[in-house]
Amino acid sequence: MKTSPLSLLALIPLLPLFAAGGTALMKRGRRSVAAGLVITAQAAATLVSLLAFLRTLGQEGSPHGTVSEIWNFPWLSLGDQTLSLGLLLDPLGAGMALMVSFVSLLIFIYSVGYMKEDPNFTRFFCFLSLFSAAMLGVVLSNSLLLTFICWELVGLASYLLIGFWFHKPEAAAAAKKAFLTTRIGDMGFLLGMLWLFSASGTLLFYDNGNGCLEQAALTTLATKTVCLGLAVSNGIALLIFCGAAGKSGQFPLHVWLPDAMEGPTPVSALIHAATMVAAGVFLVARMFPVFSATGIVSVALTTVAWIGAFTAFFAALIAVAQTDIKRILAYSTVSQLGFMMLALGVGSVTAAMVHLIAHAFFKALLFLGAGSVIHGVHEEQDIRNMGGLRKFLPVTFVTYAIGMMALCGVPFFFSGFWSKDEILHVAHQWPVSQGPFFLAAAAAFLTAFYMTRQMCYVFAGSYRGEAHPHESPAVMTIPLVLLAAAAVLMSIPATPAWPWFHGHYTGHAITLNLAKLVTHDFLTIAGLSVLIVATGIGFGYLLYRRVGKEDPLARFWAFGFAILARRFHVDELYQATVVRWLGWLGDLAVWIDRWIFSGIVRLVGALSRMASAGSDLFDRFSINLGFDSICDGLRDGGHLFSSWESGRVQAYLRFLGVGALLLLVILGWLLT
Amino acid sequence: MTLLTLIPFLGALLVACAPSCRIARAVGLAVMAGVLAFAGTLAITYDRAAGGIQFLERHAWIPSLGIEYFVGADGMSLMLLLLTALISPFALLAAGPGLSKLHVVLILLLETTLLGTFTALNFIHWFVYYELSLVPAFLLIRSPGTKAATAAALRFFIYTLLGGIALLIGFLAIQLATGTWDLIHLAMLGPKVDPLLAAQFGWPPAGLLVFCCIFLGLAVKVPVVPFHTWLPDAYSESPSFVTMLLTGLMSKMGVYGFLRLLVPLFPQRMQELSTPLLWLALATILFSAFAALAQTDLKRLFAYSSINHLGYCLLGIFAVASVPLGAPAARAAATNGVLLQIFNHGLTAATLFCFVGFLERRSGGLRGMADFGGLRAVAPVFTGLMGIAIFSSLGLPGLNGFVGEFLIFGGTLHLVWWAAALAVIGLFVTAVFLLNILQKVFAGPLPGHWSKFPDLTASEILTVVPSIGLMFLLGIFPQLLIALFNKP
Repeated sequence: MKTSPLSLLALIPLLPLFAAGGTALMKRGRRSVAAGLVITAQAAATLVSLLAFLRTLGQEGSPHGTVSEIWNFPWLSLGDQTLSLGLLLDPLGAGMALMVSFVSLLIFIYSVGYMKEDPNFTRFFCFLSLFSAAMLGVVLSNSLLLTFICWELVGLASYLLIGFWFHKPEAAAAAKKAFLTTRIGDMGFLLGMLWLFSASGTLLFYDNGNGCLEQAALTTLATKTVCLGLAVSNGIALLIFCGAAGKSGQFPLHVWLPDAMEGPTPVSALIHAATMVAAGVFLVARMFPVFSATGIVSVALTTVAWIGAFTAFFAALIAVAQTDIKRILAYSTVSQLGFMMLALGVGSVTAAMVHLIAHAFFKALLFLGAGSVIHGVHEEQDIRNMGGLRKFLPVTFVTYAIGMMALCGVPFFFSGFWSKDEILHVAHQWPVSQGPFFLAAAAAFLTAFYMTRQMCYVFAGSYRGEAHPHESPAVMTIPLVLLAAAAVLMSIPATPAWPWFHGHYTGHAITLNLAKLVTHDFLTIAGLSVLIVATGIGFGYLLYRRVGKEDPLARFWAFGFAILARRFHVDELYQATVVRWLGWLGDLAVWIDRWIFSGIVRLVGALSRMASAGSDLFDRFSINLGFDSICDGLRDGGHLFSSWESGRVQAYLRFLGVGALLLLVILGWLLT
Repeated sequence: MTLLTLIPFLGALLVACAPSCRIARAVGLAVMAGVLAFAGTLAITYDRAAGGIQFLERHAWIPSLGIEYFVGADGMSLMLLLLTALISPFALLAAGPGLSKLHVVLILLLETTLLGTFTALNFIHWFVYYELSLVPAFLLIRSPGTKAATAAALRFFIYTLLGGIALLIGFLAIQLATGTWDLIHLAMLGPKVDPLLAAQFGWPPAGLLVFCCIFLGLAVKVPVVPFHTWLPDAYSESPSFVTMLLTGLMSKMGVYGFLRLLVPLFPQRMQELSTPLLWLALATILFSAFAALAQTDLKRLFAYSSINHLGYCLLGIFAVASVPLGAPAARAAATNGVLLQIFNHGLTAATLFCFVGFLERRSGGLRGMADFGGLRAVAPVFTGLMGIAIFSSLGLPGLNGFVGEFLIFGGTLHLVWWAAALAVIGLFVTAVFLLNILQKVFAGPLPGHWSKFPDLTASEILTVVPSIGLMFLLGIFPQLLIALFNKP
């Protein structure tokens, strides 16, 4: 039987979606059924993603570049127009789908061990599955509207999972903060999307020449301008970037991501490190034709580059002074996302996507490793209370070290080296400014430094805590090993000598060319980045080699360290401004309601009461006096008459007798 | 049509004769189920290809004054009939078993007047129902008998009655100028109404004055800020099932009035005044959103939130009116969005108040956000279902609220971009106060005295499941509803 291959693509998000629906209706006690259902569905989705991915292979060097297949279907028909949604299979989305479904699968399996004791185990798997469905929808969508729908659902899943331990007030607050901060960005995204719809008349990416990412629409968008000569395409791109910045934790909307670590660790690994936070990067990559409609150096892309570079540096600085094992990784994630945005901003989708995929694996590895550590030392997260754990958690230590080296960019066997090197390379070649390149280089140095600091604190020296550390069960360590293998293996297709990723995304044929490794261009940047990593790790090791409870860096420069530890006071700034203003506006609205709107109503009421009192007086003393006297007369008459109708039969008889007598008298008188 | 309006009225008579409250409730439900089936049949048999107003019935009533008994329904009316037929039994079920016979009778009478309002096509005929609806509503609002409820009911009655008088004066002038009460005929006259008014009274601004009268009458009903001050009290003092009817159905009479009376008759005035009107819509959206942010009483909060959501309807209506020609796609989007929003708001707001009612039933009348905390630990089903309703109100894609708002904003952005850009702030603030509820009521530590807080009972779950199901259905397949007012 032959079915349309692209409608099968819908299975990838639908399988986890139905699994989520199924577990939502399940009783809380059916733990193994829920986990089994969710994991089976996810495995099936991974398999379909793999098939879809294989379908996009072997197209390198084809005359049309990359081939994208689309499947559109109508959603709404309004009058003469039809609003369609659709799915899209191209290398960009297929690679993401495979990564997302595979990493999700591993983390689902890991969660079986990690969440074993939790009373809301089934709910957890329901939310995880919902997340996976929404995220896969984002990467496979062929319509900005469908992307937005799934994007918001991803946000919902993130909200539910951050606040999963809802009895903790911090978790509930962090969940709300995450949802609202990203929603600020999403309002920009919504406006950008509606503007795009208004300007191009469609929200489908590709639609046989009529899509908004196709040449005809792009030309219109690039030539129309609004105020200050800003091209419509750039205006739209900047608004959409607001959404991407919110989701991907770019400055100044990064504040939610570190707080999101209140969620269970598998959530931090899956959503707040590997997949969801990369959605912003993916969105910019997907919308790249709009961002670059006015050329590869556009206002929109320049903004993206600067914000990315600044975020990379800024977050890396903060990470240096954090003491919570997960918060360090969270700031590291913000910083790495900055690297990806930088790559996009300087025009290299490939460099960004390679780093995204590589980062997803090694950051998931690091988070799951951190989870294993936290689990091993009985829910302790402060690195100052750890130390010497390499002896107690050997598997975790080795895999964590691999993740750490990949993140730092240790040459040459770790994916992070090649992907980060490529970003530095493209940033260096950016014609606009060298600023972002230097910021990124400094961020790379800081990355090596703070990761070494963390390794020393956690694994070196002797144990400073009180618990009895133990290694985690196999259901947790096996995913670690698999992810560690991926962190190493991913380096192969990312080298300039065999740039498979590059070929895959751009559709160029690739060959193995070792000579590329010794070009002057490559050697300069690679040499520089090796130097950066070496100094970073060296410094870190020197400082933190024999670490106690006090941070050596704080001794050198207490003031600066305190600012870093307080995260540049950005949270306090928001508290003092946006949060407080919102409160004021609320109070103001209530005040206006009570004193102005209701005041006017009360005034009108009082005036009409006064008027009626006036007419009442008039009535009473001029009209009523006359009226009353008539009434009194009437009433007295009535009294008199009614006293006759007393109801006593004797009285009636008396009247009757008197009446009859009178009649007789009158009759007698008349007759005579 | 006539039968549809009559069924609940006859049902009310029947209920009044019922020997016990339980039987009264059962009879009431059966009657409402009949109305729902009837309305559903009408919606299915409506000929979408032909469109326009169908199921016409016309009889002379007071021929000397041109007053006719004239009913019919188009897609918009049918949608509102469906909404009325859905929300009335929902409110009756949500009220729980402790309902008196009088309550059932009043709800049925209210349903009759609502069905009448949404089908009448002669102004006087329409107006009779429009005003009659105040009587059962007034009695329902003051049914708790407290001093505050009586005051709120009185305020509601006086406000809307004054609005009604303004409306009547406006239409008397129109009748004098055009000689007809027939709403279809008047809509066909459309732009000519204004010059006819000026000619009749020999004074050019007469049209504007009449426009203002009608606007005022409807603005009180919706309500438009600053004519809303009756609403928070009325919504919060009346029992929750009454609030469900007020917000789910009666507020729709105002929006319906805008679409049926004001927009077709005064296209030029609407266009001339579109900037101040849009500002009024924005004031409604933003003011009520911020006011909701400062509330701690859940009912008052949802009351302001309800004003906010109707503000999006006004935004769409005024944006469409501001550009009477051209941009057909954007106009269609915004108009469809408004209609969807009317239905979705009715459904979602009624569901939210239903949950507040459940909460009050458990807490002995407490409904301040600070009175609760951590309820999710003991009432997961309650939390989950109310959470869905809250996210529907927030406009989460996948649930019903999103589609209407998306279309309204999409159309408005194309027509008047600045209004859409400013209104987006309202969407954000809505999310803030709705998530506040989830955080303060359901998350955090559970106070000891709520450790016995009961979760939803089976009958309560059955009460809300249809509307929750509809939220999903209309969120995923909005075409089901949109098909009613678009030709295939």
